[in-house]
Amino acid sequence: METLPWFLLLLPLASAVIIQLALKYSATASSMLSTLSVVVTFIISCFLIGSTAEGYQPWISIGGLDLGIGYKLDQLATGMMIVVTGIGMLVHLFSLGYMKDDKAKARYFAGLSLFMFSMTGIVLASNFIMMFIFWELVGLSSYLLIGHWYQKNSAADAAKKAFLTNRIGDFGMMIGILMLWGVMGTVVFADMNVGHFSGLCTCLTGAIILLIFCGAVGKSAQLPLHVWLPDAMEGPTPVSALIHAATMVAAGVYMMARVFLSLGITPENMEIIGNAPDVIAWVGGITSLVAALMATQQDDIKKILAYSTLSQLGYMVMAVGLIAPEAGMFHLYTHAWFKGLLFLGSGAVIFSCHHEQNIWKMGGLFKKMPITSITFLIGTAALTAVPFTSGFYSKEGILHAAEHAHNQPLFWLAVCVAALTTFYMFRLFFVAFLGQARDHGAEKAKEVPLIMWLPLAALAVMAFVSPWLSQSILPIAQSWDLNLHVMPPMNTAFFASIGAFTVGIAAAFVLYFGKDKDPVNIPLFRNKFYCDEFYARLIKYFQDALAAIIHFFDEFLIAGMIVGGLSRSATGIGNMFRRYAQSGNLNSYSFLMAAGVLLVIYFTVFY
Amino acid sequence: MTPTLNEYLFISGLLFAIGLGGVIIRRNIIVIFMCLEMMLAAASLTLVAFSRFNTVDGLPDYDGQVVVFFIITVAAAEVAVGLAIIVSLYRARQTINTDELTSLKG
Repeated sequence: METLPWFLLLLPLASAVIIQLALKYSATASSMLSTLSVVVTFIISCFLIGSTAEGYQPWISIGGLDLGIGYKLDQLATGMMIVVTGIGMLVHLFSLGYMKDDKAKARYFAGLSLFMFSMTGIVLASNFIMMFIFWELVGLSSYLLIGHWYQKNSAADAAKKAFLTNRIGDFGMMIGILMLWGVMGTVVFADMNVGHFSGLCTCLTGAIILLIFCGAVGKSAQLPLHVWLPDAMEGPTPVSALIHAATMVAAGVYMMARVFLSLGITPENMEIIGNAPDVIAWVGGITSLVAALMATQQDDIKKILAYSTLSQLGYMVMAVGLIAPEAGMFHLYTHAWFKGLLFLGSGAVIFSCHHEQNIWKMGGLFKKMPITSITFLIGTAALTAVPFTSGFYSKEGILHAAEHAHNQPLFWLAVCVAALTTFYMFRLFFVAFLGQARDHGAEKAKEVPLIMWLPLAALAVMAFVSPWLSQSILPIAQSWDLNLHVMPPMNTAFFASIGAFTVGIAAAFVLYFGKDKDPVNIPLFRNKFYCDEFYARLIKYFQDALAAIIHFFDEFLIAGMIVGGLSRSATGIGNMFRRYAQSGNLNSYSFLMAAGVLLVIYFTVFY
Repeated sequence: MTPTLNEYLFISGLLFAIGLGGVIIRRNIIVIFMCLEMMLAAASLTLVAFSRFNTVDGLPDYDGQVVVFFIITVAAAEVAVGLAIIVSLYRARQTINTDELTSLKG
């Protein structure tokens, strides 16, 4: 019991190391090893459901700072482990089919194993420093997997962009962790207590929470650091499903939930961290709205899903900001399954259409790929919160949280986003799966092999049953009044949710059913609110100017005057001696020698 | 009236200074060579003077004068070698003027 969690952490690491060191040229063996390790970790995670334990291995001790590699198992961690290893396992299985002919299969599976290791580390971390280390490792493995097809410029650029954008957020997070350590005197989650905050200025405590939130903004791709996630779709589709939809991007929400629960922040004592919750809630809310608007005008099937992920992450962050981290975690938990399903479904579609990603070149896939289409429809239903699917309950939970916090603007914003979600998801479904095939790839598409549709089927089942399993897997989500009944209660949140769904699907049907090209064209949404262009300008005018100034300092002040100046003056003085003293004239040599001897005698005698 | 040690040392210092001055100022290597010999003679004179005025058991200490013999011998050998170098230098460069012998210039 005490050692099992260590296996959880070390198995994927061992798999990654062995593949990297020994099995690099044996693609089949490495894929099998990687899949085996994740299956075993999934089984271990199932054993550990509901258990609480702590393990600790001392590592660094400096003054008052004790750093260790430790695990902390509680409801939050075990529930999250099921999500991570469960979806990880299905994605590994799917990858066996999807990456069958890839040249660098071994590297791909080593990357997946490394990711599983890092993600497990975040989930199990018992202190903030360990979490930060694995946080960065997750960023690294994400970088490696986005850039898997690094021969493509776009993939290499996307990997770099993801890494750099994440670093911006992580820098804030690091400052936040250090400030928290300064205030609390500990980085161990179990020892944290909101009581340490009493007597401090809310500007300081709020700043700590917001700086830590910076890390979540980067990893969970909230505004204004959301730009990396859509680009990250350059990676292989199973990677997008695992990392950029289900697990890694949810790490930000998990981390915030972990912090809020460790500190014990509740709606009653939330004044102690000032306006931080409001800021978090609004960042999440605005992200969800903006991302949903962007999604309505995308043509790439993976980009649509990426913006939908952004939007749903915005929901979760909003819930955290409304001091309902349980609701956020519950949505994370259900979202992971159905968004993993949608991404793997899109992967199956892309696989069958010979790597065609434009939905306007698909069409009519429902007849050719019935299993994929039905599972995709189930995922869409869950995402759009059709009653009795998992997304319905979790979205309702968030709407409840907004209503409960008496935050009417955020409540109606969330309802708007729900309508938009339904609209763009059914736009995608109508265009890609119904109608006529519009391209050769779609005409020749056929159902994917068993190894690929099996994970889809498993995830589709989870899209229905995950709320009912949550009682045992993630009981923490039940710790507040989530109305998980077969007949939902008749209240504002319920009617708003149903109304949003109806409006969304009606609009999608009217605008897109049976259409061959996009009847709507809104450049602002299509171009993602010109965020990338704005950042490019920002970098061009500010960063480049700053770089020019620093370059000037480096070139002229440091290289020119200090370093170069010293060496130049040494050369100059040396040259002077060479020119004047070393004349080649015998007489001047003898004069200098005599003068030297005289000086030596003078100093030895008179000093 | 017999000269005192200081007078000997003064003369010897004068000789040495004249020799050094010659080495520094003159351009002809033969003259420079002669000035060098003069400096050696100044050193010898110092040794003899110290020997004369340093008495052991009422007799002068002859160690210094013995050293002077060595100096004269070595100087004679040095003159032979030095003059040979000057001759071969003249054969090679057709000059013994130090102003024109500046191949050591850096």
